[in-house]
This record gives sequence, structure tokens and C-alpha cells, in this order.
Amino acid sequence: MTPRWWAAASAVGALVLTLLLAGLSLAVGGYDPIEAFGALLRGALGSPSAVLSITLVRTVPLLLTGLAVALAFRAGVWNIGAEGQLYAGAVAAVWVGLQVAAWPAWAAGSAVLLGAAIAGAAWAAVPALMKLRLGVGEVITTLLLNFVAIELSAWMVHGPLQEPRGVFPQTEAIAEVARLPIVVAGTRLHLGFVIAVGVALLLAAALHWTRVGFFVRAVGASNGAARVSGRVPVARVVLGVFLLSGALAGLAGGVEVSGVTFVLYEDLSPGHGYTAIAVALLAGLHPVGVVGTAVLFGVLEGGASAMQRDAGVPAAWVDAVQALVILSVLVMDRVARRGLERWREGRG
Amino acid sequence: MAEFAIVAAFLQASVRLGVPLALAALGETLSERAGVINIGLEGSIVAGALAGALGALATGSPALGVLCGAAAGGGVALIFALFVVLLSTDQIITGTAITLGGLGFTAVVYQSRFGVTGTALSLPTLDAWSVPLLSRLPLIGSAFFEQAPTAYLAYLAAPALWWLLFRTRWGLEIRAVGEDPDAAAAAGVSVRLLRVVTTVVAGAAAGVAGAHLALAHTGTFTEGMSAGKGFIAIAVVVLGRWNPPLVLLAALLFGAASALQFLMQTLGLDVGYQLFLAFPYLLTLAALAGWVGRARAPAALALPWPRDGG
Repeated sequence: MTPRWWAAASAVGALVLTLLLAGLSLAVGGYDPIEAFGALLRGALGSPSAVLSITLVRTVPLLLTGLAVALAFRAGVWNIGAEGQLYAGAVAAVWVGLQVAAWPAWAAGSAVLLGAAIAGAAWAAVPALMKLRLGVGEVITTLLLNFVAIELSAWMVHGPLQEPRGVFPQTEAIAEVARLPIVVAGTRLHLGFVIAVGVALLLAAALHWTRVGFFVRAVGASNGAARVSGRVPVARVVLGVFLLSGALAGLAGGVEVSGVTFVLYEDLSPGHGYTAIAVALLAGLHPVGVVGTAVLFGVLEGGASAMQRDAGVPAAWVDAVQALVILSVLVMDRVARRGLERWREGRG
Repeated sequence: MAEFAIVAAFLQASVRLGVPLALAALGETLSERAGVINIGLEGSIVAGALAGALGALATGSPALGVLCGAAAGGGVALIFALFVVLLSTDQIITGTAITLGGLGFTAVVYQSRFGVTGTALSLPTLDAWSVPLLSRLPLIGSAFFEQAPTAYLAYLAAPALWWLLFRTRWGLEIRAVGEDPDAAAAAGVSVRLLRVVTTVVAGAAAGVAGAHLALAHTGTFTEGMSAGKGFIAIAVVVLGRWNPPLVLLAALLFGAASALQFLMQTLGLDVGYQLFLAFPYLLTLAALAGWVGRARAPAALALPWPRDGG
């Protein structure tokens, strides 16, 4: 095991490496890196309203999907399907949100989020059962189900759930009572942010201080050893982690619908479920760390359009940076591990 | 006679849609036999599509475009290979990053050259090439033997790869590396070199698949036009049980699943076409559930070597 300060240092190293590579890629493309970074930061953090209405609103789905991925990876479950689970959650949220107009607000709002989480868990149950019952690896199945979910939601907004006039490829807006309240008046920051941060803290506490959390870490550290020890119910832990991971990603879809868009349309997510992998890895798969890295990615995404407008850098560059983050984390992880070995040898 | 034409058109579309899957999956079969699973295949495909488009535009020759596509796909896979083979990083995570990077950077290059809205590119295309005699066969003739040259590449690659893997010394070494790298290394095989080479060849094949999408299939480039084909290709390898001729068949089967949407439109069935777009993925899942239990992957697949990470 690497000590925590060492892991943090390696994350900071990865960040610095990413910045260098990202700057280099801009320079190679003929852009001015300083101007581009400046425009991005001004767009994301330049004013209180940019921070609250853009950056932190963008952070919410990344935080929830990031937690979904971090939890799964911690248990050695390769859930690459957060994107599809998010869509499943969004579809369910809209459907529930259209049914509950007559309910009291607290019940309507909770029903929407609960429906989204259940749908996400159900979507994750398919690869979970295929893994446990049939021995089919979850990497391919979760990936394939992403595409199924995206097409399913596209079909919904063109077919069964299309708004009644049948003109626009989107659903009717969910009931007023089902929408998440705004937490800072005059901004677009909704309750979903508070929920997501709360979930992160709960998850961190559960992972580190409960028996189930110990099981999750044991299975992740060594599936074989956990199985042989006979004390850890490996199959149940894998199933539980898969379902909870799906529920968190589904919740991300539900929170987007009930806090931001109020309707479902095609391409609701610009790949949050994939960005989540970079978010989770940079955080060292630690739930509290995920809060920090999700905000960081919120800044990236929040500033992307300003960067395009003011510095001419295509907003898609931000997507490419996610890849640089992951690769940098992998490199720094190797470097840090080798450095630690040397340091220990030197002491011993 | 109308039915005859409809079936012929369906088969033609099946092969056309199956060819890029076949090219990518056959390459991936080679690298997986050596123990490397590349989830970043999608990145090689989209890079191959863009490089194919740019190469064909620059030279005016779609054939040179295909070469550019192969180079780009191989280059992207080389980055992947350096990470997983030399740094022993996790293959799944690294592959995911390669896909994200491939999609992101191709979008950036495309947008900075052609603008955000993207006036649709019109590219010189690979013309279909009719095989003498064979293309005159009823029903299947035009479907199989009146295709872009890349299709014949896939037909030839399947038996050639089978021969390479199961009848040559190289093939034996590749399979040994995928099954038991320690034993292979002890026998004097360079595990790392073989893994890098097979991965780059697989990436180049995926690049050709991407170039096929741009230059034979659509005649244009659009962002994210690989549209999940890299992931289906990886599933196709499993369905084909890591055996090249079966992989080719599986790819054509998935081409047929994708072509169903056109068939439905021709027949005037009013079912949401999005459901048919989802069909190949569902079929893959069903096939994985029903078939994979009995297929055996190379024993060292996705495992770093040496095991301690070196």
C-alpha cells in the first residue's frame, strides 16, 4: 500500500503533467496556451455567477458518475457503463416526473430521484448478472449497454414520451413540483449539488468505517484472497457494488433532468459517464477526492465555450484533455510506486 | 423479382457495414492472441477515418487515404502499446483513455480545420470493384463481390491470419505469449516486442476500418463517426472465438444486424429506427450471454507482464 500523502503527491504530479501536455497540444495546434487557459478560467471562475450557475452545475453529474466509477473500481468491478446508466436514470426521471404533478413537492422530488436511481441500478443489474451467472466480462457488456440506453432514450423522445404536439424531439417538461429547488437564489445552482456532496461524504464514511466497506476494499484489493479467506461474500459484494454504482449513475441522470433540463432530449449527456473515469482515477478512487476532481472537471467543461469564443480553441479540446488526465495518472502512478520502493529500500 | 432485389440490397448493405467491423476485429484477434485487449480500438478507428479523409483530400487518391488511415490507427495503437507493455498500466483504463483521446483530438483537428458547424466534406471515394465472374453470381454475387477494395482485404486477411496463427512459428510464439508469457519468455520469445508489434498491426487494421468508413462508406468525415464500432469489434472477436475465419463471419453477422434498419425502411415498417440502431448491441449481448461461457480467451489476456509490473 502506498501512504496517503504519497498518493496525493502523485495526483498533484499527474495534474502538473496534464497541464504541460495540454499546453503542448495547444501550442502544436497553433494556439496560445496562456490565452486559452486564461479564457477557460475566466469563463469558469471569472464571476460568482459563473462559478455557481455554470461550473458547479456542471460539476453535479460528474460528481455522481465519478462516485459511481470510483466505487466500482474500488471493488475491482470494471463498470464502464455509467453513461448508459445515466441515460436509464434520466428516462425514468422524466417518466416519473410527468406522473406526479398532484403530489406534494417533497414526495414528487424524491420519487423522481428514487426512480432514476432504481432505473440506473436495473440497467447495471444486466451486466452484473451476466458476470456472476454466465462469466461474461463486464467491460464489454457495460460498454454495449451504453449504446442501447442512448438509442432507447432517442426512441423515447421521438416516440412514446415525445411532447404532445409531436413537433420537437424532446419530452414534455416534468411537473413543477418534481423539480429540484435552487439553493442559492438568483443562480442556477440546484439542490442536486448538495445531494451529490452529501452522497460523497456518506460513501467515504461507509467505505472506511463499516464492515461492508471493508468487504468492498478487500474484494478490490484481491478478489482471489477475499474468496479464499471464506469470510467475504465476494459474489454478493460484487452484485451490491454493481447495483449501487448503477444507482449513483442513474441518480446523475435524474438530477440533470430534475435540476437542469426538466425535459429529456437526445444527447442529454455529453459523455459524463466517460469523463467520470478520469474524475475517479485522478481522485485515487477516493470519494472525497472525487468532490475535488469533479469540481476541477466542472471548471474545464464550464470554461470550454468561453475558451472557444475568446481564444478560438474548439471546445472539444476539453474532451481530449480527459484522456491526458488518465494517461498522466497512469504514468505518475508508476513513477510514484517506483520512487516509493527506492525510498523504502534506502531506509531499510 | 422485387423481393429478390430487396434481399440482394440487404446482403450488399450487410457486407458493406460488416467490412469495417471485420477489419478491426481481425486485427484485434491478433493482438488478443498475444494477450493484449485494446478498448482503445475506437480511437484508432476514428483517427483512421480522419487521417483517411485528410490524406485523400491532400493527395486526391483514396488509396493513399487508406494508407494514411492505417498509419494513424497504428500510431494511436502504438501509444496504447507503450503504456500497457512498457509501463504495465491497466489495459482497460488505458484503452478507455485512448478512445476518449482519439475522439477528442480528431474533433479538435476537424473543427480547427473545417469550422465548428463543419461544412460537410466531400471526399474522393474508393470505387466498388467487381470481381470478374464471381460478381455475376445470383443474389450473393453483387453483395460479396461488388464492394470497395477494403472488403477484399478483409476476406483475404481472415485465412491469412488463420494460417499465420496456426501454421507458422510466429503464430506459435504469438499464441504462447497470450497463453503463458513466462514460459514463452523462458523459451526465448520477446514477449514485449511481440505484444507491441501485434497491437500496432491491430491499430493499423482499425485505421483501415476507419478509412473505409470515410472513403468507401460515406464519402465524408463526421465527428465520432466510429460510433461504437471499436467496441462491437471487440465483442465480435469474442463471438468469433479468437479464430479469424469465425471472426469474419461474426463481423458479417453484425453487419447484417445493422443493415436491418435499411431493410425495415424499404419494407415500410414504421418501428422506431432507433430501436434498430440498438439491435446490433442487443444481439451482441445475447450472443455473449449464450456463447461465451463455452469459449476460452487467451489465458494471459489483459494481464500485464511481468506480473509484478516491472
